[in-house]
Amino acid sequence: MPYIPHTPADQEAMLAAIGVESLDELFADIPPTLRASRLDLPPGKSEDAVLRHLAALAAKNRTDLLSFLGAGFYDHAIPAAVDALAGRSEFVTAYTPYQAEASQGLLQAIFEYQTAMARLLDMEVANASLYDGGTALYEAIMMAVRLTKRTRIVISECVNPIYRVMLTSYTTNLNLTLVTVPQRGGAPDIAALMRALDGNTAAIIVQNPNFFGTIEDYTALFATAHRHDALAILSVYPILQSILRTPGAMGADIAVAEGQSLGLPLSFGGPYLGIMTCRKALVRQMPGRIVGRTVDSTGKTGFVLTLQAREQHIRRDKATSNICSNQALCALRALIYICLLGPEGLQRTAQLAMERAHYAARRLGALPGVRVYNTGPFGNEFALQLPVRAYAVIDALLAKNIVPGFPLGRYYPGLDNHLLVACTEKTSREDIGILAEYIGGCL
Amino acid sequence: MIPQDLRYTASHEWVRIDGDDAIVGITHFAQQQLGDLTFVETPAVGTRLAPGQEAGTVESVKAASEIYCPVAGEVVAVNTELETSPEIVNRDPYGAGWLFRVRLTAPPEGLMDSAAYTAHIAGQGH
Amino acid sequence: MKTVFATSRPGRAGVWPPAPQTEPAALIEPRLLREKRPCLPELSELDVVRHFTGLSRLNFSVDGNFYPLGSCTMKYNPKFTEAVAAHPGFTALHPLIPQLRGAGHFTQGALEVLYETERFLCAITGMHAFTLQPLAGAHGELTGVMLMAAYHRDKGNRKTTILVPDSAHGTNPASAAIAGYQVVSIPSHEGIIDPAAMEKVLNEDVAGLMMTCPNTLGLFERHLPRIVELVHSVDGLLYYDGANLNAIMGKMRVGDAGFDIVHINLHKTFATPHGGGGPGAGPVGVSARLEPYLPISRVVKLEDGQYYLNYDYPKSIGYIAPFYGNFGVILKAYAYLLRLGREGVVRVAENAVLAANYLRARLRGHLEIPYDRTCMHEFVASVAELAASHGVRALDIAKALLDRGHYAPTIYFPLIVKECLMIEPTETESKETLDGFVDDLVDIVKTARINPAAIQAAPHHLPVARLDEVRAARAMELTDDAGLSEVMEITAESDTHA
Repeated sequence: MPYIPHTPADQEAMLAAIGVESLDELFADIPPTLRASRLDLPPGKSEDAVLRHLAALAAKNRTDLLSFLGAGFYDHAIPAAVDALAGRSEFVTAYTPYQAEASQGLLQAIFEYQTAMARLLDMEVANASLYDGGTALYEAIMMAVRLTKRTRIVISECVNPIYRVMLTSYTTNLNLTLVTVPQRGGAPDIAALMRALDGNTAAIIVQNPNFFGTIEDYTALFATAHRHDALAILSVYPILQSILRTPGAMGADIAVAEGQSLGLPLSFGGPYLGIMTCRKALVRQMPGRIVGRTVDSTGKTGFVLTLQAREQHIRRDKATSNICSNQALCALRALIYICLLGPEGLQRTAQLAMERAHYAARRLGALPGVRVYNTGPFGNEFALQLPVRAYAVIDALLAKNIVPGFPLGRYYPGLDNHLLVACTEKTSREDIGILAEYIGGCL
Repeated sequence: MIPQDLRYTASHEWVRIDGDDAIVGITHFAQQQLGDLTFVETPAVGTRLAPGQEAGTVESVKAASEIYCPVAGEVVAVNTELETSPEIVNRDPYGAGWLFRVRLTAPPEGLMDSAAYTAHIAGQGH
Repeated sequence: MKTVFATSRPGRAGVWPPAPQTEPAALIEPRLLREKRPCLPELSELDVVRHFTGLSRLNFSVDGNFYPLGSCTMKYNPKFTEAVAAHPGFTALHPLIPQLRGAGHFTQGALEVLYETERFLCAITGMHAFTLQPLAGAHGELTGVMLMAAYHRDKGNRKTTILVPDSAHGTNPASAAIAGYQVVSIPSHEGIIDPAAMEKVLNEDVAGLMMTCPNTLGLFERHLPRIVELVHSVDGLLYYDGANLNAIMGKMRVGDAGFDIVHINLHKTFATPHGGGGPGAGPVGVSARLEPYLPISRVVKLEDGQYYLNYDYPKSIGYIAPFYGNFGVILKAYAYLLRLGREGVVRVAENAVLAANYLRARLRGHLEIPYDRTCMHEFVASVAELAASHGVRALDIAKALLDRGHYAPTIYFPLIVKECLMIEPTETESKETLDGFVDDLVDIVKTARINPAAIQAAPHHLPVARLDEVRAARAMELTDDAGLSEVMEITAESDTHA
């Protein structure tokens, strides 16, 4: 049998040592009425047959599309060394590093990851990862609620709507109020956000660049939040964070991000990486695992999981979160990616993506009846206002194997003519020329 | 090991009555069970506490435990030394390792004397 | 090893993207830009390769070591599943493509994987429907408790508590509390739930019971039919924590037993690698009456054989994850299930239970085994006696096992056994490996009686000796500061030039 080593002689010897006659005797505790009467699975296949089946399924997916789809999830180049190193089975098949002495490689890598995230986001501490950018925002809210003992959350409509739906799902049973402040021209209404703050506000949540790609400085907003003793939570895009004003400089208390852009493939939605950083004063309310540096009994430097008294395996129903498994291997990938690119490579990647997007905005914005919707500065993504429904363009271009972007009307009523267009360093000027030509053709 | 002049709770807090005040800490048994403390959280001065109300937390590497206020009153002082040196509780639980001081609003009730507490922990063992 | 921040040299880099044509300030106002370049490692590609290869060697892994880690099911992770998940036909797929009206045909293969995996999980558990969205086991638990809440809200039930046995994983009470419920612990009797004890805490406030079966002691909950009856009598729901599904897969279907909600750990039962702590995946299955509340989107198969994403479930709890779950992990589990098939699934459970009972039988007489009867896929031993007589604790035994090349059993729970060693060998370890583990464990216990100090000081042969966790928690050194002062100097210099 695949993956089971026991020969008939082994099985017999083992049964004899136990003192039973048959395997079935070992299951005597399961009441007969509960025994499985059926198991509706196909017969097993050879490894080769499974591989061929999966290759056939993979072939049914079209991955040769010319795509301008982003919406928070981006197709960046991934150096081969990321796969080679993160694919080492010493990492892949390791367990959570609870036994520190047998897990120094992973622990040091996570410590380095925490350091890299803290430095990239310009925050004091980072945890060892959460599931994704959306659950990271949810955990940030829960931190704020615990810290402030308040129940109201103010959130900008410019925060990724996928995450906003997630937050609604998570808070339904919790007597929390989510107040959403509408966007204007692809930008948050800062004055309205300030007005929405009150004495029961636990936190304010904004995103930079926001879902429309617009870049802001939230320093004044965060200062206002602090005057109400509310926490400032900022969600960012790690690649662009290498050049943009930092959460730390703006005064954020908690900064989170979807880490997919740091060396993780799009992979149909996961596994991704939830990045969470905060001020050190808040670390005892931070969810998830945290690695700390210490020494061994001989004085040698080493690494351990620390501050575990926050966690579910010790605190149970009083834990800061229920999270156990996180995205350790994805965090390792992000760290390796950052090490390979370095600060120069990250900044170049960000700048190239922005140059392409700005070129695309010029080309597309020059088409008849088309204008760039963003009223503020944008990074590698922007919204186009079309003279027709966005789906008229999407339908026409899908037929040419081009995905021109994301239809904003899906989440923003009234923006049915609006298309969200993303570029990365992989987008060429020729690609943009083709997009402009085809969009022009359906207007 | 168990001072005779103090009163105790089943959840291993001790109380020293000092005029109108009560000083609260955790017992030697409690600190021993927790191991080396890494963090002590005390209530803010001015907090009004009822008997049995959660007043703080003590943490070690592998355990965490809530501190419950044994008496009714208002917190008038906390041991700020513990913020940076939680190990004082391990070293001197009944003295320098005190946690907070409460101005009593009602006489203490339902506390154990040292004999009763000795019997209580004998039943818990290691 | 030195950290990447300590070995960084200004001006080095591994990957050089082409130089941009402009400066950031040409596109964006300077007030929106960061003041200082982030102080991140500057290393050549070979530097990076050496560093991470070096780190990997400081680690235990299933590929290198036996992991008898109770409740974690650290079985062998078949290599071919890695190849499946790395196929560019899957890795390059943007998750939003099937959400574009009219673009569903671009991702039919991926949608089929999701649909078929759900069907397989339904077949194994006897549940009516599954969601693959939850991104880990605990995330599945939270999803399950949210489904419970949605059911009760919809029915107008006012429920405030969730029952959890005292032998449960810590994630159970944490998940229930985080979803807004109060947790009531049920004491075990002879290692399992006693219906009489449960009746005492059962009332109309009970939203449900979270149960691991077999439980963390490796014991099957023999009173299961009565427990199901009791919980349902107050319109409570039964939640099955699938952490220990490996023991009964193919032998019993939890849906048939009356469970309403179940989560499965693909990284345990279905052999996807643990990745040093994730990513995992925690699909959740439900009975028919809970299906309306499942997260959206859901994959539906049309009569013409096409798959599409359906969002039209008005009672759904919404989005639990941004997309369809940890797809790369789901792919590996799907490939594993195809490989095993019907007969393979049953053999997994049989051989997992065989191995656990064999270890239990071989260790009898050497270690105390508090519930010494036929176990399922795992069992709990205790060294409480050794701790009392020689001061050698479970933690010390664990560290001594590391010295002999075995990962340690779980020692932090179940909380109801003092100085426990929770041992789960899985079906993939050979008799020779199991025998070697027994010999080493017996020898360690023997040594502990003669020379306790040697065991108390273990490990002796690993990259580091026993680490000072107290110091780590007090000092809270959570990031490296290497290289930071250098950058500040450079910045200060360039400031003077400016």
